[in-house]
Amino acid sequence: MKQVLEGSHAVSEAVRLARVQVISAYPITPQTHIVEAISEQCSSGRLAARFMCVESEHSAMASVIGAASGGVRTFTATSGQGLAYMHELLHWASGARLPIVMAEVNRALAPGWNIWVDQTDSLSQRDTGWIQLYCEDGQEVLDTTLLAYRLAEEINLPVMVILDAFFLSHTYEPVDIPDQEQVDEFLPPIEAKIILDTADPFALGQMVPPGAYMEMRHDIQLAMERVPTTYQQMDGLFAELFGRSYGDVDSVLCDDADIVLVVSGTVTGTCRQALADLRSLGEKAGMLKIKMFRPFPNEPIRRALKGVSKIAVVDRNCSFGAGGIFAQEIRSALCNFETGPLVYSYIAGLGGRDITGDTLKEIYYRTKSSEMPEMHSVWIGLNQE
Amino acid sequence: MQEIRFHGRGGQGTVVAAILLAKAFFQAGFYVQSFPSFGVERRGAPVEAYLRIGSEKILARTTITTPHHILVQDCRLIQSVAVTQGMQPGGWALLNTPTEADFSQLFSEFRLASVDATRIAMENNLGTRTHPMVNTAMIGAFARIMEIPSIDIIMNTIKADISLEPEKNAQAALEAFKTVKFQDIPQAVKQKRG
Repeated sequence: MKQVLEGSHAVSEAVRLARVQVISAYPITPQTHIVEAISEQCSSGRLAARFMCVESEHSAMASVIGAASGGVRTFTATSGQGLAYMHELLHWASGARLPIVMAEVNRALAPGWNIWVDQTDSLSQRDTGWIQLYCEDGQEVLDTTLLAYRLAEEINLPVMVILDAFFLSHTYEPVDIPDQEQVDEFLPPIEAKIILDTADPFALGQMVPPGAYMEMRHDIQLAMERVPTTYQQMDGLFAELFGRSYGDVDSVLCDDADIVLVVSGTVTGTCRQALADLRSLGEKAGMLKIKMFRPFPNEPIRRALKGVSKIAVVDRNCSFGAGGIFAQEIRSALCNFETGPLVYSYIAGLGGRDITGDTLKEIYYRTKSSEMPEMHSVWIGLNQE
Repeated sequence: MQEIRFHGRGGQGTVVAAILLAKAFFQAGFYVQSFPSFGVERRGAPVEAYLRIGSEKILARTTITTPHHILVQDCRLIQSVAVTQGMQPGGWALLNTPTEADFSQLFSEFRLASVDATRIAMENNLGTRTHPMVNTAMIGAFARIMEIPSIDIIMNTIKADISLEPEKNAQAALEAFKTVKFQDIPQAVKQKRG
């Protein structure tokens, strides 16, 4: 049934529908509404799960690692500093091949202390072995959370469902909440491949010598390489049942486009509107939304950008000394691809600053009027001294 | 698409007013999007909330800076907050005020309506004497000036969504709906409308 729902609660509803068994979390703005609602679901009996209040994000991840090692479906959520504090255990979750799902609300890292949107927190976890899926609106958040469980449990790698602070986490909009029966059909109970069992004891996370460690790492890489195909199958199955699908990328009007804006997160919605405006002015503009960041969808990106002369990548993040992170990844996807477009890299909207339709049009026209991209990322909308 | 900005103080239910109105417009068949000003909230401090209403899916995800209409939950805010900033000429400004004070200079480019939401809230025992909860009265009044959604939808939304005193809150919305005062349309607005 469609109702007006907060983005955070789209996650909470998905967790309830997924019949998650153990939730462990520590509150942090702007994530708190997610676990607050789940805590209420647990106390009212709408969700039959164990809710653990812990004293830190490090412990939150440690306890879902423990629970997932017992073979149950688990959930946690965090944001910004909280994710940074979890960092060590993010590696542990993927290394132990545990199908944990976490909602991550993009929040700027401190100092300066800032609670607003910025993707650097999640993107700086790119090498931890987590699948990363970025969302555009409340419906996508709910659907992606359900899909994340199927994907995690099939591949045995953890999944991060990522949503923008406030522009998504605190925004109310109509969201279709599917029926429990339909969700049960899509997402049957977990059939865990790893279950610690006192009747049949074994150890997880033991010392591994050089003779075996590299193979374990190779297995993780192979598992990641299986994700695009598996994701596509599940996205298709989801579409059959619910009539909605998202793809690992969403390419809009790229076929005849000269310049394509590459975006992620809630900027995508604003960009859809800007694209319509640009097209109505006769501009041959296109848009490519990147939903899946890990594994990085190299092939779909190459396909979508074939024949495009320039792309403008909009990054709401920065890897200091290198620039926009999506731009780096896209450059590497297009490397050795002879007919690839020129890649323009822009940084905008850090720490919750608005990325408006006008910001995106400025980026488009700037790209259009330039013959060659600059070596570095161009920062848009900086205050002039 | 119409964009509405809500001005209030922390603790007055400003964000809830925007959400309730979003839910009511959704019931009336509109696409909606509502969000608070993304600040750190403190009781008594000025806060803002926003609402977009449209006949198609709302795509923009940015702060509202050029609203069509505004609601001001505490008329004393106009001394410290530029409530009309960015407002589109000819739009509605709804003020919570007990008096028929002359605000015409500030609102010369807009259509002005007022309602004594504080009195209505206090008579219905909503909130406390020092912190009356004026939000449900304000949305009742807003539904009157916009002529949508119907007062029935507003009252039903309040009853379905507010767990504390749902009947009294719905009653406050109804009383505000009935007692909105419309100020004379300023010359500047009349000329624009031709």
